[in-house]
Amino acid sequence: MFITRILQNDRGGQIMLAVLALVLVLVPVLNLLVPEGNFLHMPTYLVTLLGKYLTYALLAVAVDLVWGYLGILSLGHGAFFALGGYAMGMYLMRQIGDRGVYGNANLPDFMVFLNWKELPWFWQGFDMFWFAMLMVLLVPGLLAFVFGWLAFRSRVTGVYLSIITQALTYALLLAFFRNEMGFGGNNGLTDFKDILGFSLQSDNTRMTLFVLSGLALAGGYLLCRYIINSKLGRIVVAIRDAESRTRFVGYRVEHYKVWVFTVSAMLAGVAGALYVPQVGIINPGEFSPLNSIEIVIWVAIGGRATLYGAVLGAILVNYAKTVFTGLMPESWIFMLGALFVLVTLYLPQGLAGLVQQFQAKGWLQRRAAA
Amino acid sequence: MLKTYDFTRLLLLSVLLWVCPPLQAEQQSATLTQAVPLFQAASFDKTREAVDLLAVSGDAEAVPYLQALLDGQLYQHKAQGTLVIAKDGNTGDELRKIPTNNSLRKYVRAAVGQLSLSHPDAVVRLKSANGLLETVTPEMAAQLRGLLDKETDSAVKEALSLGLAMADLNAADKAVRLTAIESLAGNLHPGVRNRLTTMTTDSDTEVAKAAQEALRSIEDTAALYGHVETLFFGLSLGSVLVLAAIGLAITFGVMGVINMAHGELIMLGAYTTYIVQQLMPHAIDYSLFVAVPAAFIVSGAMGILIERTVIRHLYGRPLETLLATFGISLILQQLVRTVISPQNVPVSNPSWMSGSLEINSVLSLTYNRLYIVLFCLLVFALLYFVLRNTNLGLQVRAVSQNRAMARAMGVRSARVDALTFGLGSGIAGVAGVALSQLTNVGPNLGQSYIIDSFMVVVFGGVGNLWGTLVAGLSLGVVNKVLEPWAGAVLAKILVLVFIILFIQKRPRGLFPQKGRAAGD
Amino acid sequence: MSEGAHLRQPEAGQPDASHKAILYLEGLNVSFDGFKAINDLTLYIDSGELRCIIGPNGAGKTTMMDIITGKTRPNSGQAWFGQTVDLLKLSEPEIANAGIGRKFQKPTVFESHSVAENLELAMHGNKSVWYSLRARLSGEQQALIDATLHTIGLTDHYHQQAGALSHGQKQWLEIGMLLVQKPHLLLVDEPVAGMTHQEMERTAELLTSLAGKHSVVVVEHDMDFVRSIANKVTVLHQGSVLAEGTMDDVQNDQRVIEVYLGE
Ligand SMILES: Nc1ncnc2c1ncn2[C@@H]1O[C@H](COP(=O)(O)OP(=O)(O)OP(=O)(O)O)[C@@H](O)[C@H]1O
Ligand SMILES: [Mg+2]
Repeated sequence: MFITRILQNDRGGQIMLAVLALVLVLVPVLNLLVPEGNFLHMPTYLVTLLGKYLTYALLAVAVDLVWGYLGILSLGHGAFFALGGYAMGMYLMRQIGDRGVYGNANLPDFMVFLNWKELPWFWQGFDMFWFAMLMVLLVPGLLAFVFGWLAFRSRVTGVYLSIITQALTYALLLAFFRNEMGFGGNNGLTDFKDILGFSLQSDNTRMTLFVLSGLALAGGYLLCRYIINSKLGRIVVAIRDAESRTRFVGYRVEHYKVWVFTVSAMLAGVAGALYVPQVGIINPGEFSPLNSIEIVIWVAIGGRATLYGAVLGAILVNYAKTVFTGLMPESWIFMLGALFVLVTLYLPQGLAGLVQQFQAKGWLQRRAAA
Repeated sequence: MLKTYDFTRLLLLSVLLWVCPPLQAEQQSATLTQAVPLFQAASFDKTREAVDLLAVSGDAEAVPYLQALLDGQLYQHKAQGTLVIAKDGNTGDELRKIPTNNSLRKYVRAAVGQLSLSHPDAVVRLKSANGLLETVTPEMAAQLRGLLDKETDSAVKEALSLGLAMADLNAADKAVRLTAIESLAGNLHPGVRNRLTTMTTDSDTEVAKAAQEALRSIEDTAALYGHVETLFFGLSLGSVLVLAAIGLAITFGVMGVINMAHGELIMLGAYTTYIVQQLMPHAIDYSLFVAVPAAFIVSGAMGILIERTVIRHLYGRPLETLLATFGISLILQQLVRTVISPQNVPVSNPSWMSGSLEINSVLSLTYNRLYIVLFCLLVFALLYFVLRNTNLGLQVRAVSQNRAMARAMGVRSARVDALTFGLGSGIAGVAGVALSQLTNVGPNLGQSYIIDSFMVVVFGGVGNLWGTLVAGLSLGVVNKVLEPWAGAVLAKILVLVFIILFIQKRPRGLFPQKGRAAGD
Repeated sequence: MSEGAHLRQPEAGQPDASHKAILYLEGLNVSFDGFKAINDLTLYIDSGELRCIIGPNGAGKTTMMDIITGKTRPNSGQAWFGQTVDLLKLSEPEIANAGIGRKFQKPTVFESHSVAENLELAMHGNKSVWYSLRARLSGEQQALIDATLHTIGLTDHYHQQAGALSHGQKQWLEIGMLLVQKPHLLLVDEPVAGMTHQEMERTAELLTSLAGKHSVVVVEHDMDFVRSIANKVTVLHQGSVLAEGTMDDVQNDQRVIEVYLGE
């Protein structure tokens, strides 16, 4: 079968997807079928939290695709995530209709508040779900395409590229903070009511979103794995290892880079679009450089250039974040900082690398015993 | 403007009190003696005559009496008729207060001004000549002309001719009015502008037209100074950028190390200033002189610590360095939040930093900005000197160009790395001291500068100190030029976008480093 | 090298070598910060020729190849591939696809790929993004890889990571990559550095067998090797041609002797 062919030789991916499938079955059972009060019952807020982790995991996979395989350390992927989120948020805003505080059917509350008289042109069409979903892909994709095309064509590489991706997200952060931009300024977009007519508060909708996040993660994973396994994937790794050599055997490196960068940005956009209805808000904070660089550390901890490591890292770090910010908020930043330092110094291959090492050792021992 | 005027008067008064010996009735000069009977008449008209007499006399000694009259502190001895100044109303029965009213006081004020115009001290003359502008009348023209002839001090002369021109604006003779208008063209004194504005509606069309033209030229000049001011703001912002970036230019540019904790080293410098000020609360004026070396040491030591424990293991792996140092930046921020406070801390400005240098009425340069520009240039020059002319500088450049070769030549590259990183970090600390004088000092201080700093270094061309200077200053100016029509935030965004595009056109920056080492 | 016969069929899109020469370098100048690495260099390579280029260190041999392959842009001069292709207007991949292949002085292979994958990547064919997303090795291509591996003696290392090869093996792999690229013009920079005497002989054999159908430019310091393959030798010195002719001519040239033995 197609999927098994993709996952040949990808032990970690097989396990990860199997676990994901199990979770996608178990969670609905525990939430919807096990009655409340039973200690096996899973409260809906947990489902949503898990859903959020899954969108982060998809985002991490997107980052791993460009960092792990293409060698581009993007410090701006949070921007693509946020843009996807905003596109979804705009649809959800339009869904509110006249149920806002001001009861204006044509304008979101914040526009009424700013005394705007009509919907700006860039909000047109977002009342249609299909259009919004198209934008979820197109806006991050287009930005990545234009940015990548400019940057890769002029051969900006390495830390320079990292720094300008960071500047990119920073510029967007500043821009989205402005009320005049028409995206709700500081407060962003929030107070969503429903999606495609289903209330965002209902357990069923939340469960659906959770399952969709899981499926998106699985789909994104398989897509990336497919790319990596193809000849294109081998070329991309060749570019990572010896960019100019790749040119001399006839590949237009910038085309490959732009292509992968754009695909990755679109995946990040999808993750953002699934994230927003689950957390109920999108604001400019999502553009902050810190967010983007945090994604990188998820990937680094999980193990770059493995894809499943990115999933693992994203979920572990975010789980730790939830736990520790709850228990002792002070300590979390220290831990995050220490993670950055320790992982780069002592765990350059991440957890996935560690597992591989143990496996290799075990194999050697078994061979020695035989 | 009103404030400065009051200030001028106050100064004038104090100077007068200091110049004049304590007054005794016997010492009264001839003119004063003449005026005495007039004061005695106890009528406002007579008092006015007496004031006239004193004013025309040009007798500087009369000034304190007139001033006292203004302040309601002038008394006359009932029996002897002599004039007495009593400061605290501590008067016996024999003294009679000389009454004044509003119109008289106005009159006296003019007289004081006029009198001070012939004061022996040029400073006093200048002040009063400047004060005159508000009150000048056509009748004073002749007197001013006379004074102008005698005047030797050029500044006073200028002020007097301005006063004269103002007086002439009201002259009956149209030709005189026209020349006066002409001579006022381009003058920035606010009084001039007001007067000319009223004259644009003059019944005489020729005068009105001349006034309009003069006004236009005044506006042009004002606009020019406006540009100068923008330039100055831009340069001071640019200096901040250069200060923030120059340490990075060393660690990133010379060593190739991406230090994301650079901003936090700046922040440590700012907090050092805060702590120094806490330790010497009574000597805030001197605190910065202690804070600069202290911050250099604190941030420099922290830099060396970072280099020895983390960065050393990551040479040649720039992306990993970036991540690790980012982690360090988080730790340092949180450290400050936990140990000191999550809120901003107050850092005071020494008194010599406040106030401003007034170039003219539309352009004044605040001292703190001025000092920042100077400080930036000083730090730059020092650093440049260190890298060019010292042994350390030589070794740094050797290591940065060819690590293996330098090591073979006996350069202890590990030590040089540590010291270079310490130097760059120390400079960041020094920048922090400067920033503490301009912005809020809080745990996030550094974060807001890191991206800007990288932009400056990359824009200027990595490994090139001059590039950093030029890039920082020009980005500052561009930012300030854009601000008026784009707003501060949008200006910043535009600058960012500009740099992003620029790097794509010229990936090596404004002043690229040459040679194979810079390539691949 | 009979089994390598099928390798000698250059790919379609022959450069127009109707005037005998396939490569024209005329009046080239390159300077790095004022240092003239290439100084008014004029050189022609005939179609099907095997040309050796020698010269002391720093003579500009590698820089010349950099110009031909688009890595370095000259300050002035002309570089044409056949009658119609202006090399100075093309990017590196365009030049490679026009039929110029290069083996680097410092062997550079794709270290984290297997030996076979290295060949797959270097192989001629459609190199667009969308194509390579769906590309599968055809039987023909697989056969080419197997044959090339045999030629370069790395059949046993089919699955080995290229980064783990020895220096000499990397040299061979690079030559193999050059072969599967099927270029019309091969630029080979110091191919035998790090090879045993036997391997040198094999390389010499391979290069001579390639000549005729291909044009080959070899840069080499090893004089014995040069002597064994060359009929025409060009000596570069300080960025321009010092002498040109048969190995004997050149070795007896007074100026060449001076340059090599020092003034
Ligand atoms: N990018 C560059 N920047 C500065 N100098 C360069 C650059 N590329 C080459 N050079 C200089 O140009 C000269 C020629 O170099 P080149 O590599 O072409 O020599 P070569 O003939 O290949 O020498 P070798 O036999 O040692 O390989 C050398 O002096 C070299 O230092
Ligand atoms: Mg060479």
